[in-house]
Amino acid sequence: MLMIDIIKKLTEAYGPSGREEGIRDTIKKMIESYADEIIVDTLGNLIVRKKGPGKKIMLAAHMDEVGLIVTFIDENGFLRFSNVGGVSPHLLLGERVIFQNGAVGTIGCEKLESMKDLKFSKLYLDIGVSKEEEAREKVNIGDVAVYYRNCETLGSRILGKSLDDRIGCSVLVQTLMELNEPANDVYFVFTVQEEVGVRGARTAAYRLKPHYGLAVDVTRTGDTPESETMAVSLGKGPAIKIKDTLIISHPAVKKIMKEAAEKEGIPYQLEVLERGGTDSGAIHLSREGVPSGVMSIPCRYIHTPSEMADLEDIKNGVKLLKGILNQPLS
Amino acid sequence: MSIKDFLKKISSSPGVSGHEEQVARIIAQEFTRYTHEVNMDSLGNVLAFRKGQRTEEKEPIKILVSAHMDEIGLMVSKIEKGGFLRISPLGGIDPRSLLNQEVVVHGQQDLPGVIGAKSPHILDPEEIEKGIKMEKLFIDVGFSEEEVKKRVSVGDPVTINREFMELSGEHVAGKAMDDRAGVALVLKFLQELQYLNHQADVYAVATVQEEVGVRGAIVSAYNIIPHLGIAVDVTHGDMPGVAEYKTSEIEKGTVITTGPNIHPQIYNKLVEIAREYNIPYQEDITPGPTGTDARAFQISREGIATGLVSVPLRYMHTSVELISLKDIHASALLLARFTASLNNDFLEELISCY
Amino acid sequence: MLLKELSEASGVSGGESEVRRLIKEAVEPYVDELKTDMLGNLIAFKSGSKKAPRLMLSAHMDEVGLIVAGFEESGLIRFSKVGGIDDRVLVSKTVLIGEKKIPGVIGAKAIHLQKPEERKKSLKVEELYIDIGAKSKEEAKKEVKLGDYVSYNTRYQEIGVNYAKGKAFDNRVGCALLIEALKKEYTFPLYGVFTVQEEVGMRGAAVAAYRIRPDLALVIEGTTAADVIELKEESYVTTLGKGPALTFMDTSVICDKKIIETLVELAEKENIPIQFRRFTGANTDAGKISLSREGVRSVVISVPCRYIHNPVNILSLEDVKNTLKLIELFLDKLPEGGKKQAYAND
Repeated sequence: MLMIDIIKKLTEAYGPSGREEGIRDTIKKMIESYADEIIVDTLGNLIVRKKGPGKKIMLAAHMDEVGLIVTFIDENGFLRFSNVGGVSPHLLLGERVIFQNGAVGTIGCEKLESMKDLKFSKLYLDIGVSKEEEAREKVNIGDVAVYYRNCETLGSRILGKSLDDRIGCSVLVQTLMELNEPANDVYFVFTVQEEVGVRGARTAAYRLKPHYGLAVDVTRTGDTPESETMAVSLGKGPAIKIKDTLIISHPAVKKIMKEAAEKEGIPYQLEVLERGGTDSGAIHLSREGVPSGVMSIPCRYIHTPSEMADLEDIKNGVKLLKGILNQPLS
Repeated sequence: MSIKDFLKKISSSPGVSGHEEQVARIIAQEFTRYTHEVNMDSLGNVLAFRKGQRTEEKEPIKILVSAHMDEIGLMVSKIEKGGFLRISPLGGIDPRSLLNQEVVVHGQQDLPGVIGAKSPHILDPEEIEKGIKMEKLFIDVGFSEEEVKKRVSVGDPVTINREFMELSGEHVAGKAMDDRAGVALVLKFLQELQYLNHQADVYAVATVQEEVGVRGAIVSAYNIIPHLGIAVDVTHGDMPGVAEYKTSEIEKGTVITTGPNIHPQIYNKLVEIAREYNIPYQEDITPGPTGTDARAFQISREGIATGLVSVPLRYMHTSVELISLKDIHASALLLARFTASLNNDFLEELISCY
Repeated sequence: MLLKELSEASGVSGGESEVRRLIKEAVEPYVDELKTDMLGNLIAFKSGSKKAPRLMLSAHMDEVGLIVAGFEESGLIRFSKVGGIDDRVLVSKTVLIGEKKIPGVIGAKAIHLQKPEERKKSLKVEELYIDIGAKSKEEAKKEVKLGDYVSYNTRYQEIGVNYAKGKAFDNRVGCALLIEALKKEYTFPLYGVFTVQEEVGMRGAAVAAYRIRPDLALVIEGTTAADVIELKEESYVTTLGKGPALTFMDTSVICDKKIIETLVELAEKENIPIQFRRFTGANTDAGKISLSREGVRSVVISVPCRYIHNPVNILSLEDVKNTLKLIELFLDKLPEGGKKQAYAND
């Protein structure tokens, strides 16, 4: 399977926070033959072990994506909803969404005096029915919809939904496939509920007691017109995280990452992210503390239906990750 | 080392959250003199252990006393054209207090720099009215872009260049008094313990990353599993324009906090001991989890009985934080007497009181 | 049921003693073990005959309220809020301070003395004070200590048709239900946990769950009902009289889908009305419990209450009855589901 096919398959799969069964099965099937051991834990994290002699390393990429949860169905069959994870109501007008069972809908808005009044409470989901009973045949309260988008390739750039963090999942899958006899004991953890508060990583790290933690996730960039001041660009390589809201990366982990990149001649960037966090935020505070860091794949338009990343960054991410895992660590 | 000299040394040392190694070394070295064992954990917390003098066979009471050694600061977020450095805050820092400060950029080597500010002649009158935002600030280190890039990278920490100042009486001022004053207090506490009998095993901890979410406290409490966890921190001192009941008075003694984050028996005992030994004290309340290491201690594992002792400080989270050494001494004495008073009966009281 | 006594007891977060005492007395005859921990959680254990599944059934004892923060020379008392309270409801209410329950009133400048523009603004906590009738700071301090907890002074009363009004229904109604549930016998090990400090960050639940290591957890709560005029039905969150509310998701937790499905099936079979909480905000103890150690499958069952976190709440006693039925059905069913259904992986 080509990297791009893995990415396509994973980004197009359904799997909002708390409803990761589908994406988990998809990943499980892909990696089964490469794993030494597979566990699904209480919260639904998929934990895949590739044995090695060295240190226990926990890699984390989250499977879940942001979504919309149905909270009410009115007599005419319109659905009201709330957000699962960080979704802005402004992105939703006219957006198309899909439920686990394949039901599709679009998002409409009440009449507004001003766009400033646009809040979730003003939006509704139209699934093409005209009565509450008809709606209930397709969708129930508590069901979660996700963006309905295909993954496109634009030259070396990839455009699609849930690159956050199916890109990370793809990097883990590809790395696992290419990894022969790693120098370390590696746990590839596909986590749940990152978007609602890095929850899956917390319980998985507690279970695994790793020596090192490394999340693979996407990060923002500062390379678009009048963007925030951030020193990360698409296409300049994976980023070694220095800090975000939830973690200040451990110096030892940063060093391991830099050395691996330099040894393999992989371009990399350094990332200071002012708002946002990843699974490493939970991992590094597990039990007595776990030295942790993050390898980030630069990504534009995060949490929108059209996230964009560069395939070269992703491929270099795989190389860098392999380099790290193949290094004997102290 | 005298407490003043120690405070001077550590307050002048750099140690922003996540980059505490340098100040940690100084602290570890000094703590070693008064403890039986000093370790550093995986996040960089300094854990100093002082064994209790036990007569009974029972499992000893364990008390953890912590002060955080990290300071708020800045981090290079981008190197702009012309060699100017953009900065990102580490911890809650008021950008308005940064304009035209002298700083040190801790790159390959330490570089002096200045946070730029427009001269008043070219300012729009409206700009003066508005507080400046972090993203508009930049550091000028006097090198070209090319030269800067050889010396500085994204993520390098930045501290304000501020010398420790001795003011009138016992007052001192400087950067990072929050919470190096607490660290000095813990040292004084260890010194005092030498002259007292204490059954309890004492863990004196200088924690990392408090300013970004009490992170060092979370893992160190988990690691040590103490029965009691006492956080030592600073609290807002009295100043004009702030309601009296919201602040504590400088030089009026140690501040003992109560509220849901604090075990009622620890608070009671601290007050009782302060009275018994005539240690000047004042009381304070926090209506929820405090913004200190105590926040993490209380909910570690199966729960830890928590206390909070503070030193009043004015101008918190700036480079001119002001405290009085008198309050440090009073607090240290209180903690030492408190620790010496601990026995298994008290431990039982901590649960039976409910 | 002890709802009246529990509702009228004072138990602001961190000061739950009175509530804890009431509950201790009520459950003692029915449980195998009863203990408190370092934070004051009350943990009742019924060992059952089997080893599994270990169920944590929990309800928080604490309520939102105030805490004494300072004294004016005049003898008036300054206070801070404990937990989430709308400042606007506080003015002109009566309160009880500390363990001695010293009565006081919350005062503000009389409307006659306010300037026209002041009258339009809502009153903030800083502009309010508690008056216990003390003439000086010294006199006030004789009765009241810094850090004393202050609770609303509200009488419980049954009103209308099968409704009740009172304070702290969030979550004394949960405590009352948990007490009832502990009176029956079960085969599995049951931990009935009355937690402290939910309203200030679910702190009691965090340490209790760590100690207990449950296989699954059911949190009993009082939740918002906003079924009042000027709101549309989609904003009601829950509706009084329509039965216990199940949560899919709130700020702190995504509830276990399988347990929810089991609860829905049970309710349908036994004709118990249920509703879903149509709101994904706010935190519950389930948030901390579900993330304890390796993770715990958790759900929340709530009794709808109007005007929660305010001095006077209203609930439907019919809902309380139905909630108890549903909880008891679930507990009876639990051993059957066993390890496979209720908390196993797919």
